[in-house]
Amino acid sequence: MSRPVVYIPRDAAALSVGADEVAAALSLEAERRGIDLHLVRNGSRGMLWLEPLVEVSTPAGRVAYGPVSAADVAELFDAGFLTGEPHPLGHGLTEEIWYLKHQERLTFARCGVIDPLSVEDYRAHGGFAGLERALTMSGAEICAEVTDSGLRGRGGAGFPTGIKWKTVHDAHADEKFICCNADEGDSGTFADRMIIEGDPFTLIEGMTIAALAVGARQGYVYLRSEYPHAADTLRAAIRLAYQQEWLGDGIHGTAHSFHLEVRIGAGAYICGEETSMLESLEGKRGLVRAKPPLPALEGLFGKPTVVNNVLSLCSVPVIMANGASAYRDFGVGRSRGTQPFQLAGNIKHGGIVEKAFGITLHDLIYRFGGGSASGRPIRAVQVGGPLGAYLPEDKFHLPKDYEAFAAQEAMVGHGGIVVFDDRVDMARMARFAMEFCAAESCGKCTPCRIGSTRGVEVLDRIIAGHNREANLALLDDLCQVMTDGSLCAMGGMTPMPVRSAIKHFPEDFHRPAHTQAAE
Amino acid sequence: MERHRPWAEERACAILAEHQHLRGALLPMLHALQEEFGYIDDAALPLLAKTLNLSRAEIHGVVSFYHEFRRQRPGQHVLKVCRAEACQSMGAEALIAHIQDHLRIDFGHTSADGRFSLEAVYCLGNCALSPSLLLDDTLHGRVSPARFDALTAPLVQEAAE
Ligand SMILES: Cc1cc2nc3c(=O)[nH]c(=O)nc-3n(C[C@H](O)[C@H](O)[C@H](O)COP(=O)(O)O)c2cc1C
Ligand code: SF4
Ligand code: FES
Repeated sequence: MSRPVVYIPRDAAALSVGADEVAAALSLEAERRGIDLHLVRNGSRGMLWLEPLVEVSTPAGRVAYGPVSAADVAELFDAGFLTGEPHPLGHGLTEEIWYLKHQERLTFARCGVIDPLSVEDYRAHGGFAGLERALTMSGAEICAEVTDSGLRGRGGAGFPTGIKWKTVHDAHADEKFICCNADEGDSGTFADRMIIEGDPFTLIEGMTIAALAVGARQGYVYLRSEYPHAADTLRAAIRLAYQQEWLGDGIHGTAHSFHLEVRIGAGAYICGEETSMLESLEGKRGLVRAKPPLPALEGLFGKPTVVNNVLSLCSVPVIMANGASAYRDFGVGRSRGTQPFQLAGNIKHGGIVEKAFGITLHDLIYRFGGGSASGRPIRAVQVGGPLGAYLPEDKFHLPKDYEAFAAQEAMVGHGGIVVFDDRVDMARMARFAMEFCAAESCGKCTPCRIGSTRGVEVLDRIIAGHNREANLALLDDLCQVMTDGSLCAMGGMTPMPVRSAIKHFPEDFHRPAHTQAAE
Repeated sequence: MERHRPWAEERACAILAEHQHLRGALLPMLHALQEEFGYIDDAALPLLAKTLNLSRAEIHGVVSFYHEFRRQRPGQHVLKVCRAEACQSMGAEALIAHIQDHLRIDFGHTSADGRFSLEAVYCLGNCALSPSLLLDDTLHGRVSPARFDALTAPLVQEAAE
């Protein structure tokens, strides 16, 4: 038998449930049995309920076992897992698992498949093909290709990426920057983290293509401090890319240069807002800037700057490699391509589901997600992060499409879907939305800074049963003032979860008073 | 075993010098100081101000803006527990109540014996395996109260030895 190849993820989520212990147990058990094992630490396949997921290479393809604990390892050897034999934890061929088989993985095609820190592996799976093509094109041609693909920003606002790049391309300046927004602050989102840990060269490639497109020579990844593991992986990948001349001066023998640095955030949600992020990168407090000027014209250090989310940038290599139309063929209406949706919270099969736009919430939650983790009925889902709406079951038919969601006063956002079962108290969730805004407001405008604190107080009175009708009316006024009078979406959209909770779950605001809530 | 060194001005100056070439160097400097000493000592503010040619008030404004930077030496171990929505949907509130009860501390505080500091965070990117927490930069998922006790038992023991 040739040397068996076994995969066990190095992704932080897999580690959080014991992947390192399983890896150690695999090595130890193999040694004990005199087997020379080749252990690959891959990214996660995104089927997080199966983590730690162990895969074995067989002539028919990779065979999956999970969730594996260190205590299962000896038994797996006994059962013959190295040749893909059945076992109660076995799932057959990984690619044939329903959850994975029914996805359309473009952005996440390599995540979980390759060794994230092997340039050779990356190349062998189509990596750098997009950049190689971009190196033969003019900046304007690259911008046009990305515009044609229909790619829109995955960070929340959904602005067409190619058009943003063209603005930076057309600006005249001695210096331009590419800034990747990896602040990923929304609860229920982890796709940025997973691709950085599972396929970091894709981000490096996407940023380099952006640099070629607009004529930038310096890039920064602004990565949140809550992701120490992703920071290590990304830094290691950048070092390798420099060594192999995919970064630095004279990229692969051309006259192009691009330098890339990782900068770490410091626990401020507002620094995900692009102008706040730029302030933070400059070493300042993360106060939101008024727009205009657009960051595309006056961004980092006052220079023309591309700010894009991780997933936007990671979608560019496949667009450049396969052509704009291959990407645009996926999706519906003005939402083209695919989105890595993230199933989170009280969900049986949590993880990444990359699908073309147009899939319904219902299919995501039930067909992929398998319903709630607790086995209880699902009552509410929050879509699009902490500033996104809470939706009840009768809205689950909504197709994932920027415009369809906007029409329902909801948003796709970064693609996060947080599921709650029937024990959720929506008045408490509304209160949390206000509390979060009060804690995370940058403080620049009064409706957001003060309004959110008032919002918490009013909700406390409502929960405590004081003067409910009057206080609900007051809350509605307050929400309107925040919506109309805030500089950015932090204050401007916090009313979305609050109002949707009241609208769709009014009974929770009329329950018998909770005594503990009135403290 | 101490994870952080005691404050030392000379060492702090060396750290600042290492980062001085960076554009927008203040955050990288603050991170490096906190990594070394566990917090941002009062004595660091004038050093930063001098190095970066900023006023002390400006430095203070930045340090206080960001939740991540501590002004006090933390306990031996830092626990960052997620309070955001996805973790709430899986019982984070009960876990937090258990932790606060068990360690007898509130968020933002260090236990009387100096073993643990408890900090609130909003999302650790592990929302499909909630509730989550970071224990000294190591992520843990699906943390039930029982699993929390199992995780921290060796640390409590180590401190007692
Ligand atoms: C309060 C707030 C938080 C945000 N957080 C993030 C974030 O964590 N990541 C992100 O990519 N965009 C975030 N955004 C959106 C950014 O401002 C910006 O639209 C985005 O980074 C642009 O990149 P894209 O066009 O590729 O989406 C946030 C916006 C607001 C108002
Ligand atoms: S809405 Fe809030 S976060 Fe946004 S600029 Fe105003 S105060 Fe800052
Ligand atoms: S909400 Fe707790 S890890 Fe994301």
